[in-house]
Amino acid sequence: MPFKRFVEIGRVALVNYGEDYGKLVVIVDVIDQNRALVDSPDMVRSQMNFKRLSLTDIKIDIKRVPKKKVLVAAMEAADVKGKWEKSSWGRKLIVQKRRASLNDFDRFKLMIAKIKKAGVVRQELAKLKKETAS
Amino acid sequence: MAPKQKARNPELIPGVGKVSRSKMYHKRGLWAIKAKNGGKFPVHAKQEAAAVVEEKQPKFYPADDVKKPLSNKRKPKPTKLRASVTPGTVLIILTGRFKGKRVVFLKQLTSGLLLITGPYKVNGVPLRRVNQAYVIGTSTKVDISGVDVSKFDDKYFGKQVEKKKKGETEFFEAEKQEKNTLPAEKKDDQKAVDAPLLKALESVPDLKAYLGARFSLKAGLKPHELVF
Repeated sequence: MPFKRFVEIGRVALVNYGEDYGKLVVIVDVIDQNRALVDSPDMVRSQMNFKRLSLTDIKIDIKRVPKKKVLVAAMEAADVKGKWEKSSWGRKLIVQKRRASLNDFDRFKLMIAKIKKAGVVRQELAKLKKETAS
Repeated sequence: MAPKQKARNPELIPGVGKVSRSKMYHKRGLWAIKAKNGGKFPVHAKQEAAAVVEEKQPKFYPADDVKKPLSNKRKPKPTKLRASVTPGTVLIILTGRFKGKRVVFLKQLTSGLLLITGPYKVNGVPLRRVNQAYVIGTSTKVDISGVDVSKFDDKYFGKQVEKKKKGETEFFEAEKQEKNTLPAEKKDDQKAVDAPLLKALESVPDLKAYLGARFSLKAGLKPHELVF
């Protein structure tokens, strides 16, 4: 099983610890064995330990330490946001966020919907069972 | 505003003025006042001392000197409502026989307690008072503009004091049974408050069923992480 996600300039990573938890950042330079210089359109360029980053499949085409404008343009060109939201990892995070922000009324409506769906599925199953039995 | 007037005798150092005593006499124009008054300084006629009214000694005074307690003019205010609790909010009651019920908040009474109603037809909770501490305020709001709650106050909910007649102890049982039912007036009040509320509830799908169901914690729900 070879490695597929490498630490390289242009690698998009997800921050999994600290103030910027949950943000997508781009590795813009490698400082030493443990730290990288990361940047993102909505944060000040800063150093981060690799342990705080989870590498993703997305990579963009930039030179070492690009200017902010260049970085933003490259991210738009590669459609990082779109790719992330379409990927299964990104979709899972969106669903988690939505579930956490549900209101008490929303949770009630969700419960009603689940019960209805289960009822419909069960009816179909019963129909199919009857057909195979007969 | 008039421009600031220059001080006549500015302080060079605290306690030491710039101008000497004799120069100040001249600066203040005391010589002119004296001249106007014919060489002497004008003097006001002495005011006659106001006639002293003799206070009569009181006929009675207590044997020991009793200390008078300090006056207390504090007026208590009704409890401050949490930001999540506003008129029309759906609340979850946490204690009492209606625990878990979702009810509609109408207004805060002068005692600080919250006036709520089920509505009665939906979940069996009548017009009732509840303490803010035993309630969770959800973010669901109901339109309460059609409801008139001005006639309800703490006295409406107070215990009715019955006049006890002497020598009626044998009839006590019969009387007690009579007084336990709700007077028709209160039932009418409940209907009057609930009618516009029910109409407002119908306009939102599932809201009536929501208010009819009780709240409970299920497996996996963490109250400190829930958004209400």
